[in-house]
Amino acid sequence: MSAVYGRGCRRRGLKGARWIWIGLAAALAVGGLLSLAASPSPDGLERVAEDQGFLDKAAEKPLLAAPIADYVFPGIRNERLATGLAGFTGTLILFALGAGIGWLARRGRARGA
Amino acid sequence: MHIPDGFLSAPVWIASAAVSAGVVGLSVRKVGKSLEEKQVPLMGVAGAFIFAAQMVNFPIAAGTSGHLSGAVLATLLLGPWPATLIMTAILSVQALLFQDGGITALGANILNMGVVGSFAGFLVFSVIRRVFKGKKGVLIGAFVASWTAVVLSAAVAAGEIGLSGTVPLRLALPAMAGVHVLIGLGEGIITTAALAFLLKVRKDLVYPACQPYTAAAAGGAV
Repeated sequence: MSAVYGRGCRRRGLKGARWIWIGLAAALAVGGLLSLAASPSPDGLERVAEDQGFLDKAAEKPLLAAPIADYVFPGIRNERLATGLAGFTGTLILFALGAGIGWLARRGRARGA
Repeated sequence: MHIPDGFLSAPVWIASAAVSAGVVGLSVRKVGKSLEEKQVPLMGVAGAFIFAAQMVNFPIAAGTSGHLSGAVLATLLLGPWPATLIMTAILSVQALLFQDGGITALGANILNMGVVGSFAGFLVFSVIRRVFKGKKGVLIGAFVASWTAVVLSAAVAAGEIGLSGTVPLRLALPAMAGVHVLIGLGEGIITTAALAFLLKVRKDLVYPACQPYTAAAAGGAV
């Protein structure tokens, strides 16, 4: 493992396991703060759907009610706070889910799958 | 380019979901066999960062925006199989919790942005870094792979929408490709900048097959 992974890198830059928390903090800053500066314009697919007249084919009601629909945290009046909190929450969920998937996959191997 | 419910016909979304389910299942087995211990938290950080970055739409033209997809960034950090799982996790959370992308279209979105993005990106990257040597090759490879992955993902999405009869393919394909030729530039800039930063501060967090050739990296094949 260490033959491939970073000999000589360990002691430089983001030392030890600190990169995990710095990485998470950076992600939370992007999802919770920088996301407030996002362009409100429609994205590529929405633009194409609008231009070609099939945007109205998008289902009006979702099949399942999403708890944080459209990245607006429910029950919060302040729009910016609601968006920031939605981003913060989603970022934390993905951190846990991503690491959880990796952990489960490795655990499967340990049991001799 | 998250496809909402309603754009895809039942045969198309069912077929897309079946293909995605197969690849995701295979990814779980591959990742279980090859994931290093240190890559477990990296899966978490990559998932968190890409989800967050996807929220930050950047303007590309009058009244149109784009945002990172992140499949190539995940691939550069972890390889295409774990990247597929990360993208699957992100797209699933977006569909189920944030109403971003349809529930029936989830399989198609995983196919377009996860599977096509990760594997096409990895293929393009691998070819380019063989042409341009050293760190330069890795950075050029990252940029071109990111751009290509976004344009290809958009083309496949257009194909699904066209096959569904929502709009003729001859209209959807050039329009989707045209917009994403621009969005892909943003993808390329963000991905390449993130990779350049990581190569500087923590090179060992970059997937061995995506690092500049060195004596150590040459030993670690795909």
